[in-house]
Amino acid sequence: MNELRCKVLIVGGGPGGYVAAIRAGELGLDTVLVEADRLGGTCLNVGCIPSKALIHAADAVHALTEPHSLNALGVSLAPPALDYARTIAWKDAIVLRLNTGVGALLKKAHVRSLRGRATLLDGKSALVNADTGEQRIQCEHLVIATGSEPMELAALPFGGDILSSTQALALTEVPGSLAVVGAGYIGMELGMAFAKLGARVTMVEALPRILPLYDEELTLPVTRRLADLGVETMLGARALGFAKGALRVADADGAETAIAAEKALVAVGRRARTSGFGLEALDLTMAGPFLRIDDRCATSMRNVWAIGDVTGEPMLAHRAMAQGEMVAEIVAGGKRAFDHVAMPAICFTDPEIVAVGLAPDAAKAAHGEVLIGLFPFRANGRAMTKQAEEGFVRVVARADNHVVLGIHAVGAGVSELSAAFSLALEMGARLEDVAGTIHAHPTESEAFHEAALKALGKPLHI
Amino acid sequence: MGQRSIRMPDVGEGVAEAEIVEWSVKVGDVVREDQVVAAVMTDKATVEIPTPVAGTVLALGGGVGDVLAVGSELIRIDAPGMPDSPPPAPRKSGAAKPETPAPAAAPVDEAPPAQTPASIASPPPRAVPSAPQIGAPRPPGERPFASPAVRARARETGVDLRFVRGSGPAGRITRDDLEAFIARPPEAPAKRTGKEPIMAVETIKVVGLRRRIAQNMAESSRRVAHFSYVEEVDVTALEDLRASLNARATEERPKLTMLPFLMLAIVKAVADFPQVNAHYDDDGDVITRFGAVHLGVATQTPVGLMVPVVRHAEALSLHECAREMRRVSEAARQGVAAREELSGSTITLTSLGALGGVASTPVVNRPEVAIVGVNKIVVRPVWRDGGFVPRKTMNLSSSFDHRVVDGYDAATFIQRVRTLIETPASLFIEANSF
Repeated sequence: MNELRCKVLIVGGGPGGYVAAIRAGELGLDTVLVEADRLGGTCLNVGCIPSKALIHAADAVHALTEPHSLNALGVSLAPPALDYARTIAWKDAIVLRLNTGVGALLKKAHVRSLRGRATLLDGKSALVNADTGEQRIQCEHLVIATGSEPMELAALPFGGDILSSTQALALTEVPGSLAVVGAGYIGMELGMAFAKLGARVTMVEALPRILPLYDEELTLPVTRRLADLGVETMLGARALGFAKGALRVADADGAETAIAAEKALVAVGRRARTSGFGLEALDLTMAGPFLRIDDRCATSMRNVWAIGDVTGEPMLAHRAMAQGEMVAEIVAGGKRAFDHVAMPAICFTDPEIVAVGLAPDAAKAAHGEVLIGLFPFRANGRAMTKQAEEGFVRVVARADNHVVLGIHAVGAGVSELSAAFSLALEMGARLEDVAGTIHAHPTESEAFHEAALKALGKPLHI
Repeated sequence: MGQRSIRMPDVGEGVAEAEIVEWSVKVGDVVREDQVVAAVMTDKATVEIPTPVAGTVLALGGGVGDVLAVGSELIRIDAPGMPDSPPPAPRKSGAAKPETPAPAAAPVDEAPPAQTPASIASPPPRAVPSAPQIGAPRPPGERPFASPAVRARARETGVDLRFVRGSGPAGRITRDDLEAFIARPPEAPAKRTGKEPIMAVETIKVVGLRRRIAQNMAESSRRVAHFSYVEEVDVTALEDLRASLNARATEERPKLTMLPFLMLAIVKAVADFPQVNAHYDDDGDVITRFGAVHLGVATQTPVGLMVPVVRHAEALSLHECAREMRRVSEAARQGVAAREELSGSTITLTSLGALGGVASTPVVNRPEVAIVGVNKIVVRPVWRDGGFVPRKTMNLSSSFDHRVVDGYDAATFIQRVRTLIETPASLFIEANSF
């Protein structure tokens, strides 16, 4: 058996693991990255990236099928035809390009990447069943970045026509009908995309409203759009089972109905991957189903670190990346802590939702009196020219010192505004800072400026 | 569809304005007819305002703490099927508050010659929103406020940002603040005591009753030429009497405190000193002397100091005094006292019971001219008949408006009260037979 020694061993090549590896390599640490599958993890292979590719394709084809929008522009055309196999090939090409890119970046940073399944022996050694044979690795620092996987429902085990998000992204043709169990952000993004691609979609959610993690004001435009797209929504409903092209559902009153659906997508959340790789041998302290970490991502064992989804919510790629980068710098001797003010979250529904910082209710609970400024896109010129007047930007600030506590937006393309929102919160902007910044005209970002002005009681364009 | 304006009603005689102390509804709410929409406070009584129409709330006339003139719009309601309210009639000059705050130097509209003792001058113009705190110290538990670059630098240099004072807006710690801290770190404390400075700062908006108290107290302090007079009273005999009465207490005649006896003493004494049972209208240069003794009893309530009034104390017996005092002070504490029960006193009695201290300097409840304060009872050695004997004594600390009450009169009034208390039987002898 080969024996390999290194300074840092990273288990898992997702956004957390590969970023940790790149930074560790750049800092001159002898680094080994082990990944059982393809580099890039859930995000790059079966999550963020392919789903956004699919959403883009769905938007592209759907835009051609909305006659009233096109007619207004003076455009008319024959019904479009979709070659879904080519859509998927295009999506896969993007994923492959990014896979290769990550590999190249790791190489450039002098990281040794091993493809294989790691089994932890203790906090300083692991056994890897690699392509090149069994390999034993000794390290000084171990970084656990094993991520998460879709959660299964006992009544709806994955397989056959019951799909996880991973399998839904790998479909080779658009199903005629699709039942989506779970109206969280994954279910909503994919459900809306498949609806635009032509599937008849039914959403089934156990809670009384869609996207329950966001406040209702934010999700209302998405609810309206669902109706436009002809997506049926069953709220307060429980999925009981799937057989013979029908999903059995108990509605809020307990009455059973059957929803005809070729496929059922189960998107009820994700579960930390904490078993199957010898983690038990380390006996680390857990925080519920997750690995417990401190503000430096240290676990209960010295020089064993954990980053990303395996450490719990929010399960976001950018959180894992920031944690990975920080851990590499700590291992290299830097003094760092995960002390960020804001963790942006984006929901790529139609329209998109951005949430950074505290929503009004949470802000009130934490800081007492608050100021709220909301600016609707229907008063924004650029939004009009993009036929995207639905939605708004909303700013919440402390009433006493005007420090911005939260910025939320819903609207087409607002995901790109998240950079400005996060920067404002991280820099500790006050309403006056946002109000005193010139926002280019004509852009949708002006709504951010106006929302701050409105919170200060002096809006211009409303 | 009709827009109905509900105006600030005339909530009491001589009241020109009222302060909004609570909104029960907000813009957009649907209201039923007769539903209470707001609570407003006049001099001291709080009144709930119902809506006469059903509909949707369109606008509120002000925020909590705002003072609205009687007749100005309190709330606007969209009432389907009702005609629009007519525009407000031109107001009588002087009755309404000017739209814009008058400059401080402008003459202030005074309410018509004060009919109620607690009426006050027009309140100051509505406070502008408080300026944001600049460079405020951080309350405990609040994260220090700094950009990521400053936070990283602090971590690298081992500085805990919680100890760095921020000079930026809202207390933000700038790079310069941090560098200054690094260059000249505060001297290490000589010894760790386990104690830490607390940087908490809490801002409390003064509204409602607290604002009334503040205004009344300031006005009294500004206008009245206070002087205080403290005298020691031997209450041994009175305490003996009280103890024997209380030993035979029944449900109809419950145990008594010292106060009902003092009320009787004051009632008896003011009969000979009408100048202390009076109101002084210092704007009109008029002194009004009263035959009746409406005794204000300073009472601590959950929301602050109130002065409920025992009316016509001169017509009450000892137990009636006790019962009436209990009733009005309980009503004040529960917040259910009527307006008449909170105004119209002619002289005030204030007691902190066991907390009474040795002496105090009460503030005259303007436009009254006298207030009698009660201090705690203590056992003291008193020189009597060639030897020290233990006697229960108590101080009376009283304040008077020196503009209209002379020191000589005040002193003889208190001496009269003292004599009555020291010889408690005299409290119960009819005036004409005494």
